[in-house]
Amino acid sequence: MTTPYDHLRRRSAPPPLAPPLGDQIRVQRVQRGDLIGQCNIVQDQAETITKADVDTVKVDPWTHCLERIRDERCAESFAALFGHFAPRAKAFLMRGGSSEALAEEAAQEALATVWQKAAKFDGSRASASTWIFTILRNKQIDAIRKARRPEPEDLPWGMEPQADAADSLAMSQEETVLREAVRTLPDAQRDIIERAYFGDLTHAQIAVVTGLPLGTIKSRIRLGLDRLRHEMTKHTT
Amino acid sequence: MTVKHHITPSVLAAYAAGTLPEPFALVVASHVSLCDACRADVAGYEAVGGAVLETVFDRIEDGGDAITMSPDALAQVMAKLDDMVLDTDPAPRASDPVFPAPLLDYVGGGVDAVKWKRIGGGVKQAVLQNSAEGSVRLLYIPAGMAVPDHTHGGLELTMVLQGAFSDETGRFLRGDVETGDEDLEHTPIAEAGMPCICLAATDAPLKFTSLIPRLIQPFIGI
Repeated sequence: MTTPYDHLRRRSAPPPLAPPLGDQIRVQRVQRGDLIGQCNIVQDQAETITKADVDTVKVDPWTHCLERIRDERCAESFAALFGHFAPRAKAFLMRGGSSEALAEEAAQEALATVWQKAAKFDGSRASASTWIFTILRNKQIDAIRKARRPEPEDLPWGMEPQADAADSLAMSQEETVLREAVRTLPDAQRDIIERAYFGDLTHAQIAVVTGLPLGTIKSRIRLGLDRLRHEMTKHTT
Repeated sequence: MTVKHHITPSVLAAYAAGTLPEPFALVVASHVSLCDACRADVAGYEAVGGAVLETVFDRIEDGGDAITMSPDALAQVMAKLDDMVLDTDPAPRASDPVFPAPLLDYVGGGVDAVKWKRIGGGVKQAVLQNSAEGSVRLLYIPAGMAVPDHTHGGLELTMVLQGAFSDETGRFLRGDVETGDEDLEHTPIAEAGMPCICLAATDAPLKFTSLIPRLIQPFIGI
């Protein structure tokens, strides 16, 4: 059966899970070429994306999958997640210059870390891909570049009562739009974005990343932070 | 707290990508600890990383190469899971009124634990890291004292942790970050009141524009 969101799931078999909440999430799609005209695009230009056609897609299944690993320590979900992300992690590390053997080992370690740290996953802050990217990035810095990564102070996200399934859904929806935006960029521009994540770019060149349409994701995070600060104030006074 | 001087988007993006050299990453992590606007920006750039994780793989596949895990990879990892100590406790990191948590880790304590070295005029510094990628140090500037006029060979990030300083470009309070490069020639002056403590990262040695500090620069390492 074909669905309108097939193009978002190229080549990835969905995990053997029931579809998560809300089938009919409306997501605004972004038209190719509307995003970035050139490398040094200014931020506010990029925020005004042409909202062309509106499509219906399901929420990112991997976020749901990771939530089941977190809440139920579900081994079946882990196997599905591993099947999708381990080869992607390996490809990412090899693209970053690691040998195949090293990339295989580090990808396995990264996925084991996903299991280990699953309790810290919060779908209202990041999709599964994004959260796994941060684990992989840290693994790369630590195990492959042998450097230290200073991390900001953690915020006690758990105390935010409103962070619920709806927020998680909304965030994965935004990230699906972003992924689609990156995916449909002309090759040359997508190449520059990718190179920024492999350290091939100077500070000036990396500006292309900052021209992506991230406004909604940033404001969602910001909203969550504001609510959290509010909660923290209530608890300390 | 309302931070007025933020870190530039390209530096935040490099931090999110994991490509920013460690000395600068320490300033970013310290600033983000105090600044929700930049924290949200970093999260946005991490989301791009999540997208790249997907698109890189697709592109390799489109090129006709398949990247696969070794056949027993899943079994090997699954076998380890039961024995893993789960990371469930969000252990609160130590907190300090002056040093954000990532900086506490590098100093090994609060302001009292810093091993300052005098560099003249009551100004003190403590180098936290110095390598080919750059250096990061703490600076202690007595109230009302000027840091010698200098220009920068490369990128420099200076974050105020205590007190305040002003220069030709503005006034910087706790949490604020000044970004310097080749074009910035400035004379920061610590405000009256309490001594100013800053965290400063550079990828090139500072160059002083007045004669005496330039002569002693090689010896004091500033």
